[in-house]
Amino acid sequence: MKTTRRQLLGSVITGFGIWQLNQASAAKTAPAKEKVIKIQAKKFVYTPNRIMLKKGEAVVLEFTALDFMHGFKVPDWNIRADLMPGQVTRVPVKPDTAGEIDFLCDNFCGDGHEGMSGKFIVTD
Amino acid sequence: MINRRKFLKLSTLGGGAVFMSGLYGRAFAAGDATEDFYFVQLSDTHWGYTGDANPEAANTLKKAVAAVNALEVQPDFIVFTGDLTHTTDDPKERRKRMTEFRDIVSDLKVKTIHFMPGEHDASLDNGTAFKEFFGQTHYTFDHKGVHFIAIDNVSDPGARIGDAQLDWLKTDLSMQPADAKIVVFTHRPLFDLAPKWDWATRDGDKAMALLLEHKNVTVFYGHIHQEHHHQTEHIKHHSAKSLVFPLPVPGSQDKRTPIPWDPAAPFKGLGFREVETEQKKADYELTEFPVIKS
Repeated sequence: MKTTRRQLLGSVITGFGIWQLNQASAAKTAPAKEKVIKIQAKKFVYTPNRIMLKKGEAVVLEFTALDFMHGFKVPDWNIRADLMPGQVTRVPVKPDTAGEIDFLCDNFCGDGHEGMSGKFIVTD
Repeated sequence: MINRRKFLKLSTLGGGAVFMSGLYGRAFAAGDATEDFYFVQLSDTHWGYTGDANPEAANTLKKAVAAVNALEVQPDFIVFTGDLTHTTDDPKERRKRMTEFRDIVSDLKVKTIHFMPGEHDASLDNGTAFKEFFGQTHYTFDHKGVHFIAIDNVSDPGARIGDAQLDWLKTDLSMQPADAKIVVFTHRPLFDLAPKWDWATRDGDKAMALLLEHKNVTVFYGHIHQEHHHQTEHIKHHSAKSLVFPLPVPGSQDKRTPIPWDPAAPFKGLGFREVETEQKKADYELTEFPVIKS
């Protein structure tokens, strides 16, 4: 029970729609199937900042913030997360439509914050 | 008393005057302070900015101060709706910029000035330096029958007003009649103007829910470096031009990069605003001014 709760707290679950609320427990039972994309956040760039996804495919975004509590926001998916430096922030997603989806840092992080953004390229 | 509306029609300074009818839903009650007045809104001066988007950044604020001082009739007060300074990671440099900004605007003839922070002033230190120089980041004041509320949505780097300030706002509004004349100053839009450009306030909907309980509310803000008008039910939102560089129309391109400086038309897209009440007609008028006469 404690492990599940810790996993849930480690995962950022604030939105609806594409969010898979059972990802943490699903990952526990079938970790081999979990696709993970690692993303680094530092002033004032995400690396990578163009991320290919497939429609309907569940993916966990694993963020590491190096220098600031950057934000991660996807307005079109109504999700966001705070990326605490020193810890990995896991964000499960499962896009349900193809297209280009913007994401951005929504915690003001300095002179260059306005350019800290990226795109998901979701294909069929 | 000088009829400012006639004066403005004759003035060669005036930019595009936009008649904003119906700001107040009804005539003011007898016995209220109903004397017409106007104030000036300046915004997003970004003192300390150096970059190609404004090679005249070291002079723009000074020119704006001179332009305001040249107004034939001086305003009752002036409000700066945030981003007084351009951000820096260095606390010492931040205070240097605030000192210089304060020195420059001390040349304004009008000495009643209300300052508000923007994220460039306050987000990296939660408003500490701003408070040292300019006082509280959220406050109220009353002027000739209008209740003014300054809301801080930038001291939290996550663009939250926060529960404590929302409680303060609720308490303040509870002391105002439902038909009170209320003007709100803030930096970021209180509605989701362009979330993909971070042009929003994370808990702005909570502030709007409180404000919508009142009939006569208008919001003036900055942040987006251009004139923009929006309405949420009966509440109007008016953003102001910047005094450093203009930004693109909300959501019109991939990134919110500054509109390039035009050497053939320096200071194009920059300016300030007069806001005038016409209380007997329950109307309101905005007049946009350039930094320099064309």
